[in-house]
Amino acid sequence: MAAIVTDARSADAVPGTAVRHSSALVRWGLVLAAVAFLGLMLILPLVIVFCGAFEKGWQTTVAALTHPDARAAIRLTALTVMIVVPMNVVFGIAAAWAITKFHLRGKSVLVTLIDLPFSVSPVIAGMVFVLLFGARGLLGPWLGTHDIKIIFALPGIVLATTFVTLPFVARELIPLMQAQGRDDEEAAISLGAGGWQTFFRVTLPSIKWGLAYGTILCTARALGEFGAVSVVSGHIRGETNTLPLHVEILYNEYQFAAAFSVAGLLVGIALLTIIAKSIVEWRMQRSVRRDVDGGPAAQVASDDIGSEQ
Amino acid sequence: MSIEVANVTKRFGDFAALKDVSLHVNAGELVALLGPSGSGKTTLLRVIAGLEAPDAGSVLFEGEDATTRHVRQRRVGFVFQHYALFRHMTVFENVAFGLRVRPRKVRPARAEVRRRVTELLRLVQLEGFAKRYPSQLSGGQRQRVALARALAVEPKVLLLDEPFGALDAKVRQELRRWLRRLHEEIHVTSVFVTHDQDEALEVADRVVVMNAGHVEQVGTPEDVFQNPASAFVMNFLGTVNVFHRRVDSLTPAADAVEIQCPDELPAGSRPARIFVRPHNLEIDTHATGKPSLRGRVQFINAAGPQVKVEVLTEFGEVLQVETSQERYQALNITKGSEVYVTPKEMRVFFDDDRPNSA
Repeated sequence: MAAIVTDARSADAVPGTAVRHSSALVRWGLVLAAVAFLGLMLILPLVIVFCGAFEKGWQTTVAALTHPDARAAIRLTALTVMIVVPMNVVFGIAAAWAITKFHLRGKSVLVTLIDLPFSVSPVIAGMVFVLLFGARGLLGPWLGTHDIKIIFALPGIVLATTFVTLPFVARELIPLMQAQGRDDEEAAISLGAGGWQTFFRVTLPSIKWGLAYGTILCTARALGEFGAVSVVSGHIRGETNTLPLHVEILYNEYQFAAAFSVAGLLVGIALLTIIAKSIVEWRMQRSVRRDVDGGPAAQVASDDIGSEQ
Repeated sequence: MSIEVANVTKRFGDFAALKDVSLHVNAGELVALLGPSGSGKTTLLRVIAGLEAPDAGSVLFEGEDATTRHVRQRRVGFVFQHYALFRHMTVFENVAFGLRVRPRKVRPARAEVRRRVTELLRLVQLEGFAKRYPSQLSGGQRQRVALARALAVEPKVLLLDEPFGALDAKVRQELRRWLRRLHEEIHVTSVFVTHDQDEALEVADRVVVMNAGHVEQVGTPEDVFQNPASAFVMNFLGTVNVFHRRVDSLTPAADAVEIQCPDELPAGSRPARIFVRPHNLEIDTHATGKPSLRGRVQFINAAGPQVKVEVLTEFGEVLQVETSQERYQALNITKGSEVYVTPKEMRVFFDDDRPNSA
């Protein structure tokens, strides 16, 4: 009996080291593959964008960015973001609130609907708005007689961008608010707080980092949206061209340096967004951790009634 | 302020959480809602608070119908099982919350808020903790902050949902006694939910035992413990030995066991459960002449004021017996000893749940 046990152990030892050995191999192999892939697919294109932007000297870059059409595109993109992001923040909070804090029939349907823009191609989203508001669309004649322009104008761009960026804030808040439950709100209300007081003093502070995270993602996407906007904008220079569309136009006209300069601007904003996102992520994790294990002071303060008397 | 719950029914989908529940709580009383999970005790508490609207029935405060009154207007202090403290606020801000959210006209001045909060923190013995955040406190401290916060709005009724449920045993015991003393000091009508019978019996003036959405029994702790109204209450309050027997008017229980039944039992043999508490079983090493059960000692736990002995009877039933340390020493029993167990006091409940006492 004893002999068998010893045998089993020694037989076990060899494959044990082999497993550890091969796991190190697998680990480094995977890390290497991931880094190589990232370098090829992400870092290299970024470097090329900036190289392309400064290829013909910085004067060309500045000229490309200060060109009236480019300035118009920057203005339009900024305006779109300023309209779309607040709308989606409000919608996201409202949707997450409704889904997590109330008993609601058809909750899962609503959650699925919120995800729809993620699964539908942006081009189709654009098409939908053209079919709805375009000259020959469903509401086209009525809009025409009332002289309201939606397609090939700012409202169309805003609508298309809103559709595409709809899920970001809500998606971020739903799991967060679900985890937090309703106790805090109920406590606030039982203490006499009104609806808005409860929201601004209790709910909002506890979701602020999740909200910031969702807002950043939403902003990034709104800045860069191409497909849906491309369908509804009409590409009118200086009027309905957003930054991504402007890049495409410059590129198609073989103005590579200018195209890369504008692209570089978008990439620069994207990088800033990522940095902001990481900071928010870090803060969010820290606040979660503080809630879970109570931070360093909790251990010191673990005395209770008995010891205080 | 007295609370009257009249014929309240509450359903969640297909699940009936409360079935026609009525209850009266006197002003200044401390009442425990005791029951297993799913018995409806928390739902009843939430209905009283106004956090849940009943499907039928009404809730009256001081004789006035408050059923449709909003939580905000009910002036109840609610303490949650998991404290529900506002994480981003200090202890001071948490306690001050209820005062600060008042409409400007009735909002106390800054100095008054400070005075009140300081006073409350003294009441819950957390004077030095005003600047801490909830995450920097222990569980027991957090629950006391939650209590101070609820008391800050001077509630007419204090409702506590499993207030000590998330705490460890020792802290729970301390807080229990402390709550009792606090109640004697401030005398606000209080209802607390618990599934811990020791907690209910130790703290409350009266205990409401709940089961499957209805009230099984209401009474003083002594009353419900000594005179349980149903088999459920008997079973739920403490350890108990159960014998399944047929019982008739004169003869002992059917399957040849000498479990004696009292003479006043109605005639005709009926299936019944006989309950005997562990301390009501007498243990002996010799047959005493009294009707008893023969068995063997299976397990002994002598660590405690009472010695717990587990006996396997000749009929294959396992009995929990409690005896004093002195008696245990005198008996000199060990694992495997043959013993005779004699019931001193028992209660019989027929299986149609008609209460009857022995």
